[in-house]
Amino acid sequence: MADNIILEIARYSPEQDSEPTFQTYEVPFRKEWVVLDALNYVKDKIDGSLTYRWSCRMGICGSCGMMVNGEPKLSCATFLSSYAGDGNKVRVEPLRYFPIVRDLVTELSDFLGKLKKVKPWLIPEHELPLSAGEFLQTPEQLEDYKQFSMCINCTLCYSACPVVGLDPIFVGPAAIALAQRYNKDSRDRGAGERRAVLAHPEGIWGCTFVGECTRVCPKHVDPAGAIQQYKVEAALQWVKELLMPWGQRKSKEGGRAAA
Amino acid sequence: MPQHKPPMYTEYHPRWYRPRVSVYWWLGQWRYMKFILRELSSVFVAIVVTMTLLQLRALRNGPEAYARLQHRLQTPAVIALSVISLFFVVFHTFTWFNLTPRAMVIRLRGKRLPDFLVAAPNYVVWVVVSGAVAWLVLR
Repeated sequence: MADNIILEIARYSPEQDSEPTFQTYEVPFRKEWVVLDALNYVKDKIDGSLTYRWSCRMGICGSCGMMVNGEPKLSCATFLSSYAGDGNKVRVEPLRYFPIVRDLVTELSDFLGKLKKVKPWLIPEHELPLSAGEFLQTPEQLEDYKQFSMCINCTLCYSACPVVGLDPIFVGPAAIALAQRYNKDSRDRGAGERRAVLAHPEGIWGCTFVGECTRVCPKHVDPAGAIQQYKVEAALQWVKELLMPWGQRKSKEGGRAAA
Repeated sequence: MPQHKPPMYTEYHPRWYRPRVSVYWWLGQWRYMKFILRELSSVFVAIVVTMTLLQLRALRNGPEAYARLQHRLQTPAVIALSVISLFFVVFHTFTWFNLTPRAMVIRLRGKRLPDFLVAAPNYVVWVVVSGAVAWLVLR
């Protein structure tokens, strides 16, 4: 096995460049190193001007997402050894479909705006005082939304989704999955408020079910599943409203689930 | 007065680089190509439906009309189109059946059914209906 590995890193300086260029760095190859370790080596030992985001180094914070050899990956969870036989080269670029601020740093305010639009927080029917006690849930009720709650907002799914690239106002996989995380929560009554954003041509109906968002998700959230499941629910809701326009009451029952 | 070069970006607001999405974004990776082929397969589904409707109309118009249509359908170009359409219709069927578990979560006694059990009824219905049609046509 080679002693060194070549990193081709996209560099972009807004003060000097009109578009990104690639710069090559040779770093030691260690089988326990992930791509982020190699970037940290470059920053510490070779070129301090290299700019990228990272924080926890353990797949929790979701800040070190990058394109690694053309695939959206968390650089802290992608081992260099996976690429050692692949020409001994690793190409690192900023996440696709996002504006680039500098080098590997992308601009996230558009994503954060979309996230806020779907109201990813609990909207109870009535605010109850703390003295009313806990909100209890059965394991089945937890199971309904748990998978979607694992999202770490790393935006890898946005980089895997061609609809995001072609239609920048599409709400996108993570935001819809997080909306479903709350819609499916037995404590929440906000599904009606989220519907205006979700059951919309730029919401779920914008999704063409490429399915790549689910494949690249490092936390196995399955955003594609969340979107298709919401499509079924929205279609059924539409039929229900058509057949029974007088019965528009909330379908969920009770504010507190008895476990 | 020396001429100052205009700044390349607004102060405190970096000049972001916005990459353009190529029209050929789907050519680079097989996964995206497969998606485009899946979408394209709808055209061939429409072709098969149209051919079936034409055959039904010819049947209604009598044996001569049906024989004329059969004759036209036996030209090399139509046979080639039919073979390509068959491939795409089968591809369309498999891909959409296999995607069913993503859209439907079915729970039995509180546990989520495995994906293959959610997809399986589609295949069962497909085989039963195809068998029934084959029996009607070939008996």
